[in-house]
Amino acid sequence: MWRDALLVAGKDLRIELRSRVALWQVLPVAVLSLVLYAFALGPARHTLAAAAPGLFWLAVLFSTVLATQRSFAIESGEGTRDGLRVSGIDPAGVFLGKAAAVAAELAVLQVVLWAAMTLLFGVHVHTAWLAIVASFLATIGLATAGTLYGALSAGLRVRETLLPLLVLPVLAPVLLAASRAWSGALTGPVSSGESWLRILGPFAAVYLVVGIVLYGPLLETA
Amino acid sequence: MDPVVLLRGAVALTGRFPALSGVDLSVAAGEVVSVVGANGAGKTTLLRVCAGLVPVSSGEATVLGVDLRADPPAVRRRVGLLGHAPSLYDELTAAENVRFALRAAGLGADGAAPALARVGITGRLAKTVAGGLSAGQRRRVALSVLVARAPELWLLDEPHAGLDAGARDLLSDLVTEAVRSGASVMFSSHESEIAAAMSDRRVTMSGGRVADVTSGGRRAKLAAVGEGGSHVA
Amino acid sequence: MSISEKTAAVVRRPRWLRVVGALALVSTAATVWLGLWVTPPDAVQKNLVRLVYLHPPIAWVALYLAFGLSALASLLYLWRRTRSMFWDRLAASSVEVGVVFNALTLATGMIWGRPTWGVWWTWDARLTSTALLLVLFLGYLALRRVPADPEVRARRCAVAALVAFVDVPIVHFSVIWWQTLHQGATVLNANLSPTIHGSMAWTLLLGFIALTLVFVWMVGVRYQIEVLADRTGAERLEVSLAERWAEGELESPSAGGNGHGNGTTGSPVRPPTRVGQ
Repeated sequence: MWRDALLVAGKDLRIELRSRVALWQVLPVAVLSLVLYAFALGPARHTLAAAAPGLFWLAVLFSTVLATQRSFAIESGEGTRDGLRVSGIDPAGVFLGKAAAVAAELAVLQVVLWAAMTLLFGVHVHTAWLAIVASFLATIGLATAGTLYGALSAGLRVRETLLPLLVLPVLAPVLLAASRAWSGALTGPVSSGESWLRILGPFAAVYLVVGIVLYGPLLETA
Repeated sequence: MDPVVLLRGAVALTGRFPALSGVDLSVAAGEVVSVVGANGAGKTTLLRVCAGLVPVSSGEATVLGVDLRADPPAVRRRVGLLGHAPSLYDELTAAENVRFALRAAGLGADGAAPALARVGITGRLAKTVAGGLSAGQRRRVALSVLVARAPELWLLDEPHAGLDAGARDLLSDLVTEAVRSGASVMFSSHESEIAAAMSDRRVTMSGGRVADVTSGGRRAKLAAVGEGGSHVA
Repeated sequence: MSISEKTAAVVRRPRWLRVVGALALVSTAATVWLGLWVTPPDAVQKNLVRLVYLHPPIAWVALYLAFGLSALASLLYLWRRTRSMFWDRLAASSVEVGVVFNALTLATGMIWGRPTWGVWWTWDARLTSTALLLVLFLGYLALRRVPADPEVRARRCAVAALVAFVDVPIVHFSVIWWQTLHQGATVLNANLSPTIHGSMAWTLLLGFIALTLVFVWMVGVRYQIEVLADRTGAERLEVSLAERWAEGELESPSAGGNGHGNGTTGSPVRPPTRVGQ
């Protein structure tokens, strides 16, 4: 399973490196959204600074939807989806590999977004470890849940509108917890931010396990 | 010996539509069977059912001893499918695609180069991304995956479409080699005559089931040419 | 049996379902009567407290009963040993009724909240997580509408239900930590001491029973509709099969009538097997 996961992740990332879709499309949209938030909320520094953690994670959330859709668009040619199924790769390996690739892309995205946010909203991270751990856990949760739902809606004609409807409610707790955690890391009390890790951790663990277990039956619905 | 493929009254749905409406078919080991028929007759679905990709909703279906109604994934590793659209990733090179497929099947990536060479994709071509190859070249790359994996059952969906004479000869050579090593081959085609010439039996499909079966001329042709064939790839 | 006779057989509600329906009606009427007239008004909330006989029971049905049942049924469908379309239909019916109850929970909650808190909506833990759950399961219903082979659809929806259900406790806890305006659970407290007693407690209990019965009845009816729909689907399939066969005859009239069975092992061609469950 792990070997297969590495194989699939490597394939997805190599394709991303060649096609650079995440780099040139998802990333700019995410940064753009930060600018749009400023348009929506007004340029007053304190408003933006207060809202910053939430806005950051909102941008990451929507990017997750895009990145997940892209991950499954790689196999959108009918030949490749069949090929993956016939190859005999362990479905759990496919799940882990795809989720890992999405997670890697999200990680890079977050670094750039963080830089943009520091610049645009004038906020600074006081407690780096909290921000990093929260990001790590949240990214795993986003990537695994996103990949699960991506597979659920892959190949369906209505997938572009269905995927957000399905996955955003599920990811809502991650948005909530990650924003509160980053709020603690940026400004507020570290302890309150820390407590939100207790949501992020289980969420990531749960969806990792659920994905490994349920991906097999899921692939059969293609 | 048990038939490699055994279908009885097999019904398969795509969405709500019965693509296969009751197929009776059997394929013996080492046999080459061609499937012909008009568009929409169910040829592609038949092959995909045998690959374990499309579920059988009623009737009997056994491939390589595996009951397709119970456990389709079990048959997939042992079968090689060459679909309408070759399963290649456009952004990866030919070599990378084959290596991925081999590693996915649990085989070493070293088999990639010789397999590609067998189908005539070498050097610069092998390093070209699949999106930059012609349709015929993509078909060859997909074929090389089958050559390297050497499955027990080859399922080829319209493999001759768009191939020039040289490529068609290559294909018939590969089929012969596959059969010689004990595999069975099923392929679909729009061209009945060519299909008959290249197979042991030609099955005509219509309306989702088998309408007619005639014998093909492959063995006779092989015997005439001399066993082993003499075409150069 | 003809199609109309078969349909009539399914539509006529089975005995147990009619009994449940009658009981549900009676107990709900009793709850309403007791709740509106017999029980006393609360010291603080006055007559507004009467919503407690409806809102918590509706919430309990929606969140725990309906979605819990659908998750269990989905699990049983996916597990090979117990796989059966019964579980799929049960899960789908349960979710659909659950969504209705969920919406009602929100509505009664808002109605209760407006006079109590002065606003229609507040980002209170319970309201928020209930709203999220509503959208979560609306997604399930959206998936169910995607046309597909019944077994493919069943598998896909079962996975969706489980994945959504797994999120429920997480949503629950995270939103509770986030805000808490809603009063603590009146009956299901940690120390299990209800903050209401006497006739109010009995009426509340009756409310739970009544609405559970309503739920069971609605799921039963919805299940029957599902069976009917599947039957229609199966009959439509037979028509499609017949049309497909006819397609074959038209295309190759010479081969159509005669060439069957040549070269295939033994079995003569026969009409497609009845597609049944």
